Amino acid sequence: MNTKIESHWDGSAPATGHMLQPGLDISHKVVLYLDDISVSFDGFKALNNLSLTIDAGELRCIIGPNGAGKTTMMDVITGKTRPDSGTCFFGQTIDLTRMTEPEIAHAGIGRKFQKPTIFENHTVFENLELAMKMDKRAFTSLFAWLGKEGRDKISDTLRLIRLDHEADRLAGLLSHGQKQWLEIGMLLMQEPRLLLLDEPVAGMTDDETERTGELFKSLAGKHSLVVVEHDMAFIEQLGGKVTVLHEGSVLAEGNLADVQADPRVIEVYLGR
Amino acid sequence: MRTPFVIRFLSAMPRSGWIAMALFALITLVVMPALHLFMPTDSPFYVSNYVITLGGKLMCYAIVAVAMDLIWGYAGILSLGHGVFFSLGGYAFGMYLMRQIGTDGSYHSHLPDFMVFLDWKELPWYWAGTDSILWSIVLVLVVPALVAYIFGYFAFRSRIKGVYFSIITQALTFAAMLFFFRNETGFGGNNGFTDFKRILGYDITSPETRVILFGLSALVLMLTLLLGRYLVTSKFGRVLAAIRDAESRVMFIGYNPLHFKLFVWTLSAVLCAVAGALYVPQVGIINPSEMSPANGIEIAIWVAVGGRGTLIGPIIGAAIVNLSKSYFTVAFPEYWLFFLGALFVMVTLWLPEGVVGLWKRWTKKGQA
Repeated sequence: MNTKIESHWDGSAPATGHMLQPGLDISHKVVLYLDDISVSFDGFKALNNLSLTIDAGELRCIIGPNGAGKTTMMDVITGKTRPDSGTCFFGQTIDLTRMTEPEIAHAGIGRKFQKPTIFENHTVFENLELAMKMDKRAFTSLFAWLGKEGRDKISDTLRLIRLDHEADRLAGLLSHGQKQWLEIGMLLMQEPRLLLLDEPVAGMTDDETERTGELFKSLAGKHSLVVVEHDMAFIEQLGGKVTVLHEGSVLAEGNLADVQADPRVIEVYLGR
Repeated sequence: MRTPFVIRFLSAMPRSGWIAMALFALITLVVMPALHLFMPTDSPFYVSNYVITLGGKLMCYAIVAVAMDLIWGYAGILSLGHGVFFSLGGYAFGMYLMRQIGTDGSYHSHLPDFMVFLDWKELPWYWAGTDSILWSIVLVLVVPALVAYIFGYFAFRSRIKGVYFSIITQALTFAAMLFFFRNETGFGGNNGFTDFKRILGYDITSPETRVILFGLSALVLMLTLLLGRYLVTSKFGRVLAAIRDAESRVMFIGYNPLHFKLFVWTLSAVLCAVAGALYVPQVGIINPSEMSPANGIEIAIWVAVGGRGTLIGPIIGAAIVNLSKSYFTVAFPEYWLFFLGALFVMVTLWLPEGVVGLWKRWTKKGQA
């Protein structure tokens, strides 16, 4: 166990867990382990002995009917919800169940919410600036100065998410699809090792959806991605392994065609 | 590393802001003091005692308003207990002023009159060192900072937000008021501190002393505004506004909101305390009613009237509300609170961005 993390938690939590960054150990080719995780809210079992592993560089899709526990799973990984039991490791050494949200973000996990969550009263440029990987302690922010390198990084990302002409617009004025892209861009600015994407193409046009798929495929390999989606055509385009969640645990896993042919999956989706 | 800081500092305000500030400095540091000191009292250009005192008082309130805007307008934290920090600063400096009375009080004792009255034989331990102005200034800065830090740490760590936080600050100010009302607390009970005679040995009512306090208030106001502008145009300020708008997003991109909130909250408290310390020698009294819950609400009204999240607006708001207060409490004393309430309702309904918002709307229309 990494004692450094232990001392991080409970006490006066420092502003960042950035010292953990070099600590990500993927020597066993696995970036995320969820083992036997259970979470219940007022007796309702949102996650029920969920076990799941994500390989480094993998692009994984997660599907499942409403209430299957997809969002709760992301809450557990990002520190928003503490599991009642079970373990959750990032790489071999980083115990996520003992870290705060900002510490987990610094360790290299980025999250996109189901509803696009961006800073509406900041410009597009500022949104990316705030997300950019750097020392994020309060005191340093007082004297932070955006250098050329940082500005270049931001303009690269702006081009990638096709918002380079909107850089100085208030983010709240963007269209829904553009907001989704901006949030993805913010995620990229964090340079995370693992990206959690909750319904990233909801509300996008077909064209935007397709471009998003291309982007995700290009990110896989260098990053690991976990995508929660309902859009089967999009999942097919991504082409990775698919995990079906049902009532808080894994129902089936495999490529999309096999999963779709699985009678248990068909029953869950159509049976009730 | 040095050059960006200077550029950053200069770019914290637009050129028109710097010009306005230079004008303000000229008027408050040169013109008004000169007119007060060197004009014969029957000259139409003479600036009276009343104006100097009122001006000094308004500038102290304006400092409080800017401090309030930093946390409410930019961090979305509505404190209705800022009267506490203002009063703590006032009391801390008041202790020094009480000690400066020396043996000139009614009882000719080296103890403040109220202690003689309570039959105390010596100063309580926390009065130690208060005969030194430097130590008093340390107290003015450190005590409110500590109170704010501890209070803020527990409140923000427990993620108390919105109206719940506001209610707790009301409770804080009420509890503090009751505490200071007690004679045993050692701060003069409900009479507080008054009858000051001297500051650094100089007569506290002399025109020269008044002018210096007036100028100091102006200087601190300008510094507060500059500091505020620097803060809100820095990355720190952008993170702060982001916390206000979408706190969970801020956490998931790796910032810990606790430290940002604590810093700006404590800073705001200290600024209030400095304003309180400047206020007491000019007004000549500090008592627990400064901590009444209504006072805390009034501060929020100044900011709302002027325009939240603008820094300059709250200064204007503090001036408008307090000038009308000076007029109303003389002309229609019973109706002041009704007027204040009506003002707040009107601003909330029709001027959500305050006077500054109105100004912006007008000038935009002019261009179109």
